[in-house]
Amino acid sequence: MTEWAFAKRAAARKSSLHAQVRAGVPSATALKKLRQEILATLPSFGWLAFFVLVPTLLVLAIAFRKTDPAGGIGAGWTLGQFEIFTQSSILVLLWRTFWISALTTGICVALALPVAWFVARVRKEWRPRLLLLIIVPFWTNFLIRVFAWNQILHSEGGLARFLRAIHLLGENDSLLFNSGAVVLVSVYTYLPFAILPLYAAAEKFDFGLLDAARDLGATAFRSFWSVFLPGIRKGITTALVIVFVPMLGSYVVPDLVGGTDGQMIGNKIAQRNFADRNLPAASAMSAILTLAVLTPLLFRRRESNEISS
Amino acid sequence: MITTWLVLAFFYMPIGVLILNSFNLSRFGTRWQGYTFKWYERLLERDDLWAALLNSLQVAAIASIGAMILGTCAAFALHRHRSRLQTAHEVLITMPLVLPEILMGMSLLLLFVSLGTQLSLMTVTIAHITFCISYVTLVVQSRLQDFDFQIVDAARDLGATRIQAFRKVVLPLIAPGILAGGLLAFTLSIDDFVVTFFVKGPGADTLPVVIYSMIKKSREFPVINALSTLLLMVTFLAVWGSQRLTAPKV
Repeated sequence: MTEWAFAKRAAARKSSLHAQVRAGVPSATALKKLRQEILATLPSFGWLAFFVLVPTLLVLAIAFRKTDPAGGIGAGWTLGQFEIFTQSSILVLLWRTFWISALTTGICVALALPVAWFVARVRKEWRPRLLLLIIVPFWTNFLIRVFAWNQILHSEGGLARFLRAIHLLGENDSLLFNSGAVVLVSVYTYLPFAILPLYAAAEKFDFGLLDAARDLGATAFRSFWSVFLPGIRKGITTALVIVFVPMLGSYVVPDLVGGTDGQMIGNKIAQRNFADRNLPAASAMSAILTLAVLTPLLFRRRESNEISS
Repeated sequence: MITTWLVLAFFYMPIGVLILNSFNLSRFGTRWQGYTFKWYERLLERDDLWAALLNSLQVAAIASIGAMILGTCAAFALHRHRSRLQTAHEVLITMPLVLPEILMGMSLLLLFVSLGTQLSLMTVTIAHITFCISYVTLVVQSRLQDFDFQIVDAARDLGATRIQAFRKVVLPLIAPGILAGGLLAFTLSIDDFVVTFFVKGPGADTLPVVIYSMIKKSREFPVINALSTLLLMVTFLAVWGSQRLTAPKV
């Protein structure tokens, strides 16, 4: 009885507010609500506007400033910082950044699909335990996980010696310090981020549809390809974006296991920044990276808008 | 199913190698040469590591409290109101989640340099609050989705002031959500290297920064292994403990 009364009162309050807003009359309650909204929004909005939005715009602006030999930001405007993008060495670097990111993303999703499928089909009480097993290694420090691979792939390590013994690896070849090592270690660090969204999508998928497809004569592969994959499409886009975007800005992994042949654009930004102390040049590269990152994000936004509409 | 077990083996194998090598007498951990605890003894002598650990804990504590306050406000605003302002608000909240860390570090560094701020643990803390807010907001928001705001009306009708209703009704009910968000923020802050590396001042290193320079320069592999093993044990204990706490009591 009382609950009903509260509900009715709340509903009445809401509808009267809507009526006032629709009529364009800024009543006392509407103003109060607006004040409340602004009060609640202001702290985080202000903080993020100042420490995320402004700095991002600053990157785009400082990219056009001149170099300051003293290590700060030079006076005057120039397009010169972008001239580096006509050099072939930097184009090679950009291309490598792209293909390492794309390959890592592809491998992550390809490995995550069967795992997500399996976890979604296993008995309900087992699922949280399996997910925990997947996540726990990633609660350990990121640097330490990369460092572990540094040791496994080390040229004097057991793996390298074994591969040399069976002649799969040449005497002077190394497992470490090349782009292959970057892909391997990146897959290791990003795989859980691909598994989780795919699992979330696969868990909601109605596996009865697959039986239906099989009953209607589809092969196992075809029912997987034309029923399961479209069914978890949103999870797949999330997984692709969630791996690809941070991969583009990868810095630590190529720095520790990449060597000179595995460097990516992130390393170049860091080098301009720490070694050369050339902030405008580092900004120009960051600006290009920002634009490169925005493309897949906008794509995903459009995709999710399409699905929700 | 086979893929799943292989993937799990792939996840745990490097960790196993670390733990084994931390007891390995061999300096480069390439060949097994017998048990030793000397790397752990070395570790205890490293004063710089303990100082860095204290720095990390201090930054993480302040950053997670700051992010808890700002993130909870943000979650309430996003949950209670629908407007253009909130759409913009939401975009701002998602930005730190999607920006690669290196861009975040770079852009914050430029901000501090432009403002003429001295880089220190203070700037590191500000940067950590910035990327932690979004995670706290997400966690608290999901908690608010199950929250029935009619009980606030009920409290108000029973004579509670707005502040009383918030403190005595809303806060106790969503406190677990805020705390969970704060814990997430704490772990993210303790773990962060890239953003910290860009905005840190000279001499004020956090634990990941020291680990990085150990990996990069001094090549003290076994000592890092010993440190890693200790950190792993802390992590596993924490996970085990939180599982025990959140598991339904029988």
